[in-house]
Amino acid sequence: MIQPMAEPALEPAKERWKFWVTALLVFAVVGAAIFVPILRKRMKRAQRLQQQSEEQARRELIQPVPMNPSDPRVKAKLFWLSDADNSVLAPVMVELPLSSDPVLRSKQVLNTLLAGPVDVELRTLPPDAVLLALYILSDGTAIADFSEALATSIPSGIASEQLAVDSMARTLEANVPQVKRLKILIHGQEAETLAGHVDLTGTFAVNLDAGQAPANPVAAPAAGKAGALLTPLTPVSSTVKLTQR
Amino acid sequence: MLLDVGNSQRLKSVALCGLTILIVAGVGIALASQATSQTQPPAAAGTSSSASSAPAGQGTTRGPTGSAPSTQAVQGGLNVVVLDPAHGGTDLGARGTGGIQESEITMEFAAEVRRALEQQGFQVVQTRQGNENPSFDDRSAIANAQRNAVFITLHIASTGLPGTVRVYVNSDLPAAASANGFIPWDRAQAPYLGLSRKLGNQVQGMLTQRFKGSPDAAETAAIRQLRTTAAPAIAVEVSSVVVNDRADLDHMAPAVADAIARGAAAFRPLYIIPGAGGAAP
Repeated sequence: MIQPMAEPALEPAKERWKFWVTALLVFAVVGAAIFVPILRKRMKRAQRLQQQSEEQARRELIQPVPMNPSDPRVKAKLFWLSDADNSVLAPVMVELPLSSDPVLRSKQVLNTLLAGPVDVELRTLPPDAVLLALYILSDGTAIADFSEALATSIPSGIASEQLAVDSMARTLEANVPQVKRLKILIHGQEAETLAGHVDLTGTFAVNLDAGQAPANPVAAPAAGKAGALLTPLTPVSSTVKLTQR
Repeated sequence: MLLDVGNSQRLKSVALCGLTILIVAGVGIALASQATSQTQPPAAAGTSSSASSAPAGQGTTRGPTGSAPSTQAVQGGLNVVVLDPAHGGTDLGARGTGGIQESEITMEFAAEVRRALEQQGFQVVQTRQGNENPSFDDRSAIANAQRNAVFITLHIASTGLPGTVRVYVNSDLPAAASANGFIPWDRAQAPYLGLSRKLGNQVQGMLTQRFKGSPDAAETAAIRQLRTTAAPAIAVEVSSVVVNDRADLDHMAPAVADAIARGAAAFRPLYIIPGAGGAAP
């Protein structure tokens, strides 16, 4: 008599336990169904915000030097490919408000050079290349640090790479007399070549006037001195310890 | 317990195997390093051109890796051409339409140029035989180990008027001889710039006769490959990988080869060994 009495008491307890577990499960499933998409959305938004801020920071870091309208407008001479003969450079006069500070001025003319001429076929530098930084040492060596696109997007070849370097050297020569040499870095690093051909280990002559001995009297190039590679071991460049390999 | 014994035996045998492999590898490495140190003759071995020597500490001077015919060289006469098909391996060089790769085309051109040079009586040493990519210094070292040689590096441009060919010599390098007469490895080209220009003009002249629209004289450029080469050295760049049909480039190869060979032959009487009898280039 006692046993049959106990069974009905246990049954409801079991049933209640099952009910609560089921309820809990249903609650968890419903909760997950509601909150997982919300969480996913939030994560996506957070990720996007982070990406945006990185992009923002990058843009702020590499944004071209703004032209100051109050600076005197001067006729800058920029060197792009010649319309008549794409294998040589030709000067183009562009009226720009240029700073008197040589570093700012160098940045302004190089950024204008990077932006390219009206006819995009005549550009010498890849459109996605960015001037990341530029410094001028006390000896007149300008160190221009470009993004990797300068090396990766430029058409590979002796002619195209030399024209790219020449366009920078001759543009600096024409507009920033304080710059005597140009050293090109790629993403902060010294590169052996621009895109497999032209030597970037040394500095390029920009304004080598009085006082500087000619590099090599035996083989004076016919086509201008700007852009000629100086060796890494000239007395001046060895003192700045930039071009040693 | 039995299992443990089995395991320990297996461990022992594995350890023994490992030790044996290590010993064999060690002996192999030791032998290999001995062999390489024996096959590293100084690039400055040539008595006639001490200028080609590299300074100590550069660590980049290596012996010739091609068929070195320097022992057969006739003193005073130009008879070796070191031919460099540029790029190779993972470095494809310029890439054009339809999968054209500079590294492949330069090898094809090199085969033609080699044939033409041999017909002119030159011995040819190539800086690469297949699709490998020796460093700039390795390629220069092959030329620097030769006596009475010139160096010609072959390139295909990605720009320029298709069907034209340009010859380049290295841009100016400051005179580099130090008090002891040695010149630094990284400016090995400096004493040869005059000769390089003469060679470049000869070759460019021959090329321009065949390829209208090419320049009349060799141009200058800061070419990394030429800077470390202690011999008259030029770069020949054919335009271009951007052609509609690869056959357009293939058709150019025999004429380019013939012009280079004739240009090198015409340079022979102009070749004066640097440093010999006080005749500076």
